[in-house]
Amino acid sequence: MNVDITGARIYWTIPVLGGIPITATIVNATIVSLAVLAACIFLTRDLQVRSVSKRQVVAEFLVETAQNFVNGNMGERFAYYGPFVAALFASSIFGSLLSLLGMFPPTSDLSTTGAWAVMVFVLITYTKIKTGGLGGYLKGFTQPIPVLTPFNVLSELATPISMAFRHFGNVVSGSVISTLVYAALASASHAILSWLPGALGDILGVIPILQVGIPAVLSVYFDLFSSAMQAFIFCMLTTLYIANAAEE
Amino acid sequence: MERAIVLMGCAIGAGLALIAGIGPGIGEGYAVGKALESIGRQPECKGDVTSTMLLGCAIAETTGIYGFVTGLLLIFVAPGIFMGLL
Repeated sequence: MNVDITGARIYWTIPVLGGIPITATIVNATIVSLAVLAACIFLTRDLQVRSVSKRQVVAEFLVETAQNFVNGNMGERFAYYGPFVAALFASSIFGSLLSLLGMFPPTSDLSTTGAWAVMVFVLITYTKIKTGGLGGYLKGFTQPIPVLTPFNVLSELATPISMAFRHFGNVVSGSVISTLVYAALASASHAILSWLPGALGDILGVIPILQVGIPAVLSVYFDLFSSAMQAFIFCMLTTLYIANAAEE
Repeated sequence: MERAIVLMGCAIGAGLALIAGIGPGIGEGYAVGKALESIGRQPECKGDVTSTMLLGCAIAETTGIYGFVTGLLLIFVAPGIFMGLL
């Protein structure tokens, strides 16, 4: 019995700048981006004002939902964040759902979620500087008393780190637990069925019969529910943090 | 011998790191209990309460996730680093 828990595999290395590795994360994230792009192009082809097609109804519903989400959480003045949040949500949920196809989900690599968290951090800082000016932004670190400056800097840096680790940890914990359950079920069915006498036990003991069906219950939670939940939470936190940065 | 001690330390550390799962468990259970109480008091607020509760649960989970990531690092990354130092 071998338990195989690995990170992203490196497919090949581009020999420039000391070697840039092309990992499963990069390939699968590109696949996700292309799939989302293709879906967008497919949904928004030949839009009509009158006599709308079913495809256009779906597209309008998606856009309206995303826009209502952003407007409800951030207010009308941040309506231009709608496409950004929708893109984050789509990448996150399709990236996590890629594990249903048996492919390596890009969100179970810290690089992907880290990149998103850094983008959000840049936007938060930009909004803070835009709202209060550079002086106001720097002065915000010395509130309420200057002694607390290191802690304020730490809590500022903790925002992107906790966002990245939350998403990464949830997806990875799901895949680790699934792998462990698969291995446990394989050895359990081997232990049970190899008691059968003669050649029957020898043959049936090799086939992991218990792996049929039981892991699907875990998959519904970890792949479907957790993916949707983490994508929603990531977008929710993005909108809340940015809206909060503008109020200070 | 040194390698065995390094591996033992990493394994024990990973086990200890996962104690962090206790806190979020208690916290989320408490949050869900309070949410159920408020739904019982005002059933018309069910949707709002549920979505806010899930968001709060996800944020409360962060410390547990930190423990999990620390455990992963101790099992998969730390032995390599410490073996290299020996």
